[in-house]
Amino acid sequence: MKRLLVGLAAALLLTPLLAAAGTPMPQLKIENPGSCIAPVPEMRRNHMEMLKHTRDRTMRQGIRGEKASLNECINCHASKTTGSVLGPGGFCQECHTYAAVKLDCWDCHQPKAGNPQAVGVKP
Amino acid sequence: MSEDRIENKSRRSFVGAAAVAGAGVGVAALAPGLKLIEVAGAAPRAPGEPASSAVRWGMLIDTTKCASGCDACVKACATENGINETVKDARQGSQWIRKIDLKDPKTGQEHSLPMLCQHCEHPPCVDVCPTGASMKRADGIVLVDRHICIGCRYCMMACPYKARSLVHMPLTEQNPLVPRGQGCVEACTFCVHRVDRGQEPACVEACPEKAMLFGNLNDPASEIAQRVAKEKTTQVRADLKLNLGVRYQGI
Ligand code: SF4
Ligand code: SF4
Repeated sequence: MKRLLVGLAAALLLTPLLAAAGTPMPQLKIENPGSCIAPVPEMRRNHMEMLKHTRDRTMRQGIRGEKASLNECINCHASKTTGSVLGPGGFCQECHTYAAVKLDCWDCHQPKAGNPQAVGVKP
Repeated sequence: MSEDRIENKSRRSFVGAAAVAGAGVGVAALAPGLKLIEVAGAAPRAPGEPASSAVRWGMLIDTTKCASGCDACVKACATENGINETVKDARQGSQWIRKIDLKDPKTGQEHSLPMLCQHCEHPPCVDVCPTGASMKRADGIVLVDRHICIGCRYCMMACPYKARSLVHMPLTEQNPLVPRGQGCVEACTFCVHRVDRGQEPACVEACPEKAMLFGNLNDPASEIAQRVAKEKTTQVRADLKLNLGVRYQGI
């Protein structure tokens, strides 16, 4: 137990140090705070799984109106200035660059909100 | 393998759900004289409801009405599906629907007609696709799952109607409802995003001569089923026995 605590404390102490020394932490601007489809930790960990299963059901079985949808991600999270989830500071790109995870959804999907008026203002 | 398991599981839960819904409809909701199959074809599907094989989407094109030189359907398709890239070589551009002019060399008789993916019941593109990207939805619409397509173009070689194209360059400014991208094969989707909302394909809506008719071939009450039953229609290359979703009249 003691070893675990020491380990935890070390981890807690070390994380900010490492972050400060290496790549800067992502600077995210949440355009529409507090109303995502799931709590933030779950979204951080599982958004790709949610989207993957939605994508297969929508594409192959024709099920529409699923809970997770890229279009809805954009409508809430696209930057109010650029209208996009990409670019420096973009909601998707900022974390993906930090974590060095390739982001290819937007090679085919439209990264900008379809309706410019809808950018980041969904209730 | 894990994909298979997901599909099987959801198929089972769908069958369960359908049985329950069917029982409910049979007892209470169905109006007198209204057949279940009509309900299936008419309204947009409710959110969460999968496409059903009670529906077979089809198109009837009356070539006697189709004017030579008119390409309203081609333009409407490009606008609707965001096909707007400029290509150096026109042969490399995407073509979901095109106008073709036919002439019988013996009689001199001429036809002009739109040609698009025929949404075959037994699609050769699906048979040859090595990845499972080419697929047919339960309601007969043949699609390419671009998440899986590797751009090998087997399907383009197998399709007897030259209905498919490969996207050669990176794309931007796609229609949010119609994702498209480099390295994937694509073809007419019957405007599946519109059909699922209860609308008809963009080309059908745009035709100034009303030469195109879209509907549910499985519903005996639909206009398309009645016309196909009454009038003589042609499947292009009917000898291939693919049972096409698109039929022509007047050729
Ligand atoms: S017309 Fe070609 S692309 Fe369309 S379903 Fe038939 S074989 Fe496939
Ligand atoms: S190009 Fe794509 S859809 Fe066509 S056969 Fe190859 S993997 Fe399948």
